[in-house]
Amino acid sequence: MSDLERLERFLRTDPRDVGCDEALAVLHIYVDVVATGGDAAGRYPGVAAHLLACGPCSEDFAGLLLAVTDG
Amino acid sequence: MQCARLPAKGPEEESAGWLRRLGADGGERQAAERALHARRVRIALAEVRRRSASTPVTGPELDDVAHQAAGDAMIAILAKLGDFRGQSRFTTWAYRFVILEVSGKLGRHYWRNPPVALDAGQWERLPDRFGIDPARHAESAGILAEVRRVVDDELTAHQRRVFVAIVVDGTPLDALAAELGLRRNAV
Repeated sequence: MSDLERLERFLRTDPRDVGCDEALAVLHIYVDVVATGGDAAGRYPGVAAHLLACGPCSEDFAGLLLAVTDG
Repeated sequence: MQCARLPAKGPEEESAGWLRRLGADGGERQAAERALHARRVRIALAEVRRRSASTPVTGPELDDVAHQAAGDAMIAILAKLGDFRGQSRFTTWAYRFVILEVSGKLGRHYWRNPPVALDAGQWERLPDRFGIDPARHAESAGILAEVRRVVDDELTAHQRRVFVAIVVDGTPLDALAAELGLRRNAV
Protein backbone atom coordinates (compact mmCIF):
# COMPACT_ATOMS: atom_id res chain seq x y z
CA MET A 1 0.00 0.00 0.00
CA SER A 2 1.40 3.41 -0.93
CA ASP A 3 1.75 6.33 1.48
CA LEU A 4 -1.02 8.12 -0.42
CA GLU A 5 -3.41 5.18 0.05
CA ARG A 6 -2.50 5.04 3.73
CA LEU A 7 -3.19 8.77 4.04
CA GLU A 8 -6.54 8.47 2.29
CA ARG A 9 -7.55 5.63 4.59
CA PHE A 10 -6.36 7.56 7.63
CA LEU A 11 -8.46 10.59 6.69
CA ARG A 12 -11.55 8.69 5.52
CA THR A 13 -14.18 7.57 8.01
CA ASP A 14 -16.34 4.55 7.26
CA PRO A 15 -19.55 4.82 9.31
CA ARG A 16 -19.34 1.09 10.04
CA ASP A 17 -15.87 1.46 11.57
CA VAL A 18 -16.04 0.26 15.20
CA GLY A 19 -12.79 1.95 16.26
CA CYS A 20 -9.59 0.58 17.76
CA ASP A 21 -10.87 -0.44 21.18
CA GLU A 22 -13.74 -2.57 19.93
CA ALA A 23 -11.73 -4.06 17.08
CA LEU A 24 -8.90 -5.10 19.40
CA ALA A 25 -11.35 -6.51 21.93
CA VAL A 26 -12.60 -9.06 19.39
CA LEU A 27 -9.44 -9.41 17.33
CA HIS A 28 -8.84 -13.00 18.47
CA ILE A 29 -12.36 -14.00 17.44
CA TYR A 30 -12.01 -12.28 14.08
CA VAL A 31 -8.63 -13.88 13.45
CA ASP A 32 -9.92 -17.36 14.27
CA VAL A 33 -12.73 -16.93 11.74
CA VAL A 34 -10.24 -15.81 9.10
CA ALA A 35 -7.80 -18.61 9.97
CA THR A 36 -10.49 -21.25 9.56
CA GLY A 37 -11.64 -19.87 6.21
CA GLY A 38 -14.81 -18.21 7.50
CA ASP A 39 -16.39 -14.98 6.31
CA ALA A 40 -15.01 -12.71 9.01
CA ALA A 41 -15.77 -9.49 7.13
CA GLY A 42 -19.37 -10.62 6.62
CA ARG A 43 -19.81 -11.50 10.28
CA TYR A 44 -17.97 -8.47 11.62
CA PRO A 45 -18.28 -5.69 9.01
CA GLY A 46 -17.42 -2.99 11.54
CA VAL A 47 -14.16 -4.70 12.41
CA ALA A 48 -13.34 -5.28 8.74
CA ALA A 49 -13.97 -1.57 8.03
CA HIS A 50 -11.70 -0.62 10.89
CA LEU A 51 -8.87 -2.91 9.84
CA LEU A 52 -8.98 -1.34 6.37
CA ALA A 53 -8.69 2.16 7.83
CA CYS A 54 -6.34 1.71 10.80
CA GLY A 55 -2.74 0.82 10.01
CA PRO A 56 -1.69 -0.15 13.56
CA CYS A 57 -4.72 -2.38 14.15
CA SER A 58 -4.21 -3.90 10.73
CA GLU A 59 -0.61 -4.69 11.75
CA ASP A 60 -1.87 -6.35 14.94
CA PHE A 61 -4.32 -8.38 12.88
CA ALA A 62 -1.57 -9.49 10.47
CA GLY A 63 0.72 -10.42 13.35
CA LEU A 64 -1.90 -12.42 15.20
CA LEU A 65 -3.03 -14.21 12.06
CA LEU A 66 0.57 -15.17 11.33
CA ALA A 67 1.09 -16.36 14.91
CA VAL A 68 -2.00 -18.54 14.71
CA THR A 69 -1.34 -19.98 11.28
CA ASP A 70 2.40 -20.50 11.86
CA GLY A 71 1.99 -21.55 15.47
CA MET B 1 -5.81 -54.59 8.67
CA GLN B 2 -6.44 -50.89 8.66
CA CYS B 3 -5.27 -48.74 11.52
CA ALA B 4 -7.88 -46.35 12.79
CA ARG B 5 -6.46 -42.86 13.07
CA LEU B 6 -7.21 -40.96 16.21
CA PRO B 7 -9.04 -37.74 15.46
CA ALA B 8 -6.99 -34.62 16.09
CA LYS B 9 -7.93 -32.65 19.14
CA GLY B 10 -10.66 -30.14 18.35
CA PRO B 11 -10.15 -26.49 19.20
CA GLU B 12 -12.61 -26.61 22.11
CA GLU B 13 -10.92 -29.66 23.62
CA GLU B 14 -7.51 -28.08 23.20
CA SER B 15 -8.69 -24.84 24.84
CA ALA B 16 -10.25 -26.74 27.72
CA GLY B 17 -6.97 -28.58 28.18
CA TRP B 18 -5.02 -25.34 28.50
CA LEU B 19 -7.53 -23.93 30.99
CA ARG B 20 -7.49 -27.09 33.06
CA ARG B 21 -3.71 -27.30 33.20
CA LEU B 22 -3.22 -23.59 33.91
CA GLY B 23 -5.80 -23.83 36.67
CA ALA B 24 -4.23 -26.94 38.22
CA ASP B 25 -1.82 -27.03 41.13
CA GLY B 26 1.88 -27.77 41.28
CA GLY B 27 3.80 -29.40 38.49
CA GLU B 28 1.00 -29.61 35.97
CA ARG B 29 0.43 -25.88 36.12
CA GLN B 30 4.15 -25.12 35.99
CA ALA B 31 4.56 -27.33 32.94
CA ALA B 32 1.65 -25.59 31.21
CA GLU B 33 3.09 -22.16 32.03
CA ARG B 34 6.47 -23.21 30.66
CA ALA B 35 4.89 -24.51 27.47
CA LEU B 36 2.86 -21.34 27.01
CA HIS B 37 5.87 -19.17 27.79
CA ALA B 38 7.94 -20.90 25.11
CA ARG B 39 5.20 -20.22 22.56
CA ARG B 40 4.88 -16.60 23.66
CA VAL B 41 8.60 -15.96 23.32
CA ARG B 42 8.68 -17.55 19.87
CA ILE B 43 5.71 -15.47 18.72
CA ALA B 44 7.05 -12.24 20.23
CA LEU B 45 10.44 -12.73 18.57
CA ALA B 46 8.78 -13.44 15.22
CA GLU B 47 6.56 -10.39 15.62
CA VAL B 48 9.33 -7.91 16.44
CA ARG B 49 11.28 -9.20 13.45
CA ARG B 50 8.23 -8.88 11.22
CA ARG B 51 7.93 -5.24 12.33
CA SER B 52 11.65 -4.48 12.29
CA ALA B 53 11.51 -2.44 9.08
CA SER B 54 9.08 0.03 10.63
CA THR B 55 10.82 0.65 13.94
CA PRO B 56 14.11 2.33 14.84
CA VAL B 57 14.61 -0.36 17.51
CA THR B 58 17.22 -2.88 16.35
CA GLY B 59 19.47 -5.75 17.38
CA PRO B 60 19.54 -6.94 20.99
CA GLU B 61 17.10 -4.22 22.03
CA LEU B 62 14.56 -5.69 19.64
CA ASP B 63 14.99 -9.11 21.26
CA ASP B 64 14.66 -7.47 24.68
CA VAL B 65 11.35 -5.96 23.60
CA ALA B 66 10.18 -9.42 22.55
CA HIS B 67 11.14 -11.01 25.87
CA GLN B 68 9.55 -8.17 27.85
CA ALA B 69 6.39 -8.46 25.76
CA ALA B 70 6.25 -12.23 26.30
CA GLY B 71 6.71 -11.80 30.06
CA ASP B 72 4.12 -9.05 30.40
CA ALA B 73 1.70 -10.99 28.23
CA MET B 74 1.96 -13.95 30.62
CA ILE B 75 1.02 -11.73 33.56
CA ALA B 76 -1.99 -10.41 31.64
CA ILE B 77 -3.04 -13.89 30.50
CA LEU B 78 -2.94 -15.36 34.00
CA ALA B 79 -4.73 -12.32 35.46
CA LYS B 80 -7.48 -12.53 32.84
CA LEU B 81 -7.82 -16.29 32.58
CA GLY B 82 -11.33 -16.02 34.00
CA ASP B 83 -12.33 -13.65 31.19
CA PHE B 84 -11.75 -16.27 28.49
CA ARG B 85 -15.20 -17.08 27.06
CA GLY B 86 -14.27 -19.72 24.54
CA GLN B 87 -15.26 -17.50 21.59
CA SER B 88 -11.94 -18.33 19.97
CA ARG B 89 -9.24 -20.88 20.52
CA PHE B 90 -7.46 -20.33 23.81
CA THR B 91 -4.13 -19.96 22.05
CA THR B 92 -5.47 -17.23 19.73
CA TRP B 93 -6.86 -15.39 22.76
CA ALA B 94 -3.52 -15.74 24.55
CA TYR B 95 -1.38 -14.78 21.54
CA ARG B 96 -3.40 -11.56 21.19
CA PHE B 97 -1.83 -10.36 24.45
CA VAL B 98 1.63 -10.99 23.02
CA ILE B 99 0.94 -9.10 19.80
CA LEU B 100 -0.60 -6.13 21.62
CA GLU B 101 2.32 -6.03 24.07
CA VAL B 102 4.75 -5.97 21.16
CA SER B 103 2.77 -3.11 19.54
CA GLY B 104 2.70 -1.08 22.70
CA LYS B 105 6.35 -1.62 23.58
CA LEU B 106 7.63 -0.80 20.11
CA GLY B 107 5.58 2.41 20.24
CA ARG B 108 7.16 3.41 23.53
CA HIS B 109 10.68 2.35 22.52
CA TYR B 110 10.41 4.46 19.34
CA TRP B 111 11.24 7.59 21.33
CA ARG B 112 14.44 6.15 22.81
CA ASN B 113 16.04 6.32 19.41
CA PRO B 114 13.74 8.28 17.11
CA PRO B 115 14.67 8.99 13.51
CA VAL B 116 16.56 12.17 12.74
CA ALA B 117 14.51 15.25 13.58
CA LEU B 118 12.50 16.44 10.64
CA ASP B 119 12.49 19.93 9.26
CA ALA B 120 10.07 22.16 7.43
CA GLY B 121 11.21 20.62 4.16
CA GLN B 122 9.14 17.56 4.95
CA TRP B 123 6.07 19.41 3.70
CA GLU B 124 7.71 20.01 0.34
CA ARG B 125 8.67 16.34 0.06
CA LEU B 126 5.13 15.10 0.62
CA PRO B 127 4.24 14.88 -3.12
CA ASP B 128 7.21 12.57 -3.67
CA ARG B 129 6.35 10.46 -0.63
CA PHE B 130 2.79 10.10 -1.85
CA GLY B 131 3.93 9.19 -5.35
CA ILE B 132 2.37 12.16 -7.09
CA ASP B 133 3.44 12.47 -10.72
CA PRO B 134 6.24 15.09 -11.01
CA ALA B 135 4.35 16.65 -13.91
CA ARG B 136 1.64 17.55 -11.43
CA HIS B 137 3.97 18.91 -8.76
CA ALA B 138 3.05 22.53 -9.55
CA GLU B 139 -0.60 21.70 -9.09
CA SER B 140 0.10 19.69 -5.95
CA ALA B 141 2.21 22.53 -4.54
CA GLY B 142 -0.88 24.74 -4.60
CA ILE B 143 -2.96 22.06 -2.87
CA LEU B 144 -0.19 21.52 -0.36
CA ALA B 145 -0.03 25.23 0.45
CA GLU B 146 -3.78 25.24 1.08
CA VAL B 147 -3.56 22.12 3.27
CA ARG B 148 -0.76 23.74 5.23
CA ARG B 149 -2.82 26.92 5.68
CA VAL B 150 -5.77 24.90 7.00
CA VAL B 151 -3.51 22.93 9.32
CA ASP B 152 -1.91 26.13 10.64
CA ASP B 153 -5.05 28.25 10.90
CA GLU B 154 -7.99 25.99 11.51
CA LEU B 155 -6.86 22.97 13.48
CA THR B 156 -6.50 23.09 17.24
CA ALA B 157 -2.97 22.79 18.60
CA HIS B 158 -3.64 19.15 19.47
CA GLN B 159 -5.13 18.34 16.05
CA ARG B 160 -2.20 20.09 14.36
CA ARG B 161 0.34 18.15 16.41
CA VAL B 162 -1.31 14.83 15.54
CA PHE B 163 -1.70 15.67 11.85
CA VAL B 164 1.86 16.89 11.40
CA ALA B 165 3.33 13.98 13.37
CA ILE B 166 1.48 11.28 11.45
CA VAL B 167 0.99 12.72 7.96
CA VAL B 168 4.01 14.99 7.57
CA ASP B 169 6.63 13.42 9.82
CA GLY B 170 5.45 9.83 9.34
CA THR B 171 5.51 9.02 13.06
CA PRO B 172 3.94 5.60 13.77
CA LEU B 173 0.54 6.00 15.38
CA ASP B 174 1.42 3.78 18.35
CA ALA B 175 4.56 5.84 18.98
CA LEU B 176 2.57 9.06 18.91
CA ALA B 177 -0.08 7.59 21.23
CA ALA B 178 2.66 6.57 23.67
CA GLU B 179 4.24 10.02 23.50
CA LEU B 180 0.91 11.78 24.12
CA GLY B 181 -0.16 9.30 26.79
CA LEU B 182 -3.29 8.46 24.82
CA ARG B 183 -4.94 5.28 23.68
CA ARG B 184 -4.57 4.47 20.02
CA ASN B 185 -8.29 5.07 19.52
CA ALA B 186 -8.06 8.61 20.90
CA VAL B 187 -5.45 9.57 18.33
